[in-house]
Amino acid sequence: MEFKTFVFYFVSAILVYASLRVVTLRNPVHAALHLVLAFFSASGIWVLLQAEFLAIALVLVYVGAVMVLFLFVVMMLDINLDRLREGFWTYLPLGSIVALLMVAEMGLFIYGSFYGLLESAVPQADRGYSNVQAVGRLLFTEYVYPFELASIILLVGIVAATALTLRGKRRSKSVSPGEQVFIKAADRVRVLHMPAERPD
Amino acid sequence: MLTTLSLSHFLILGAILFAIGIVGVFLNRKNLIIILMSIELILLAVNMNFIAFSHYMQDLAGQLFVFFILTVAAAESAIGLAILVVLFRNLKTIHVDDLDSLKG
Repeated sequence: MEFKTFVFYFVSAILVYASLRVVTLRNPVHAALHLVLAFFSASGIWVLLQAEFLAIALVLVYVGAVMVLFLFVVMMLDINLDRLREGFWTYLPLGSIVALLMVAEMGLFIYGSFYGLLESAVPQADRGYSNVQAVGRLLFTEYVYPFELASIILLVGIVAATALTLRGKRRSKSVSPGEQVFIKAADRVRVLHMPAERPD
Repeated sequence: MLTTLSLSHFLILGAILFAIGIVGVFLNRKNLIIILMSIELILLAVNMNFIAFSHYMQDLAGQLFVFFILTVAAAESAIGLAILVVLFRNLKTIHVDDLDSLKG
């Protein structure tokens, strides 16, 4: 067995194990940590496919940013784990049947029509080839408009996430002029009527 | 057949990941956080297929698609988590069955 094949099987075993744990673990924090492992293994497989730039981007963007966001949110929410867990075992047979069917279908298609396709040796990149350079060149020439659109999508994401979670102005001690104009004396001063008492 | 890497290996791996993501949505139907994580797994499977095809067809366009998918997925998960936080602040729960105020 070639060393590359061994690496592929090893890393993808870790990947499948980690993603299975993501969907079966009870604690969302543990599930998020297993998802980190899954992303890391996936980036290893992408390196095997000579997509170094995307492998690094996956680790930086997903493991570094998105999963930390997940972990923070999971830790901030005080959730009742037992209630969230109910129905797990009742859905297990249906879910596994659907999963097996889907893998079988896709495997059928892949082995039926794609096996042998492109099996010939892919020309290995020579020493001077840089994946980052190639992707960057394509990104900034041919795909420059989608690239700009992506930045706009990120901006929309920032604004939306901030606007959704904004709590409004913090309560300050300043007086609102609008309320001050409409105030009446009765709101501020209460006049009590009581008979005078004679001191003994 | 199994000892030399081919395109099918990566496609099968993508299929398995996709199925695990779908099962995650099925099994954790009550837990919004795990459902979001399962969606991330599904996107990862799609990206895996894109990169495998891009490598075996020697066409970098697939890798650029993955780049854009990563961008959109990051924005999506940020907004999804923000909605989750607002939901929890208002309802004190993220149980899917409690989110029925749109039912009329």
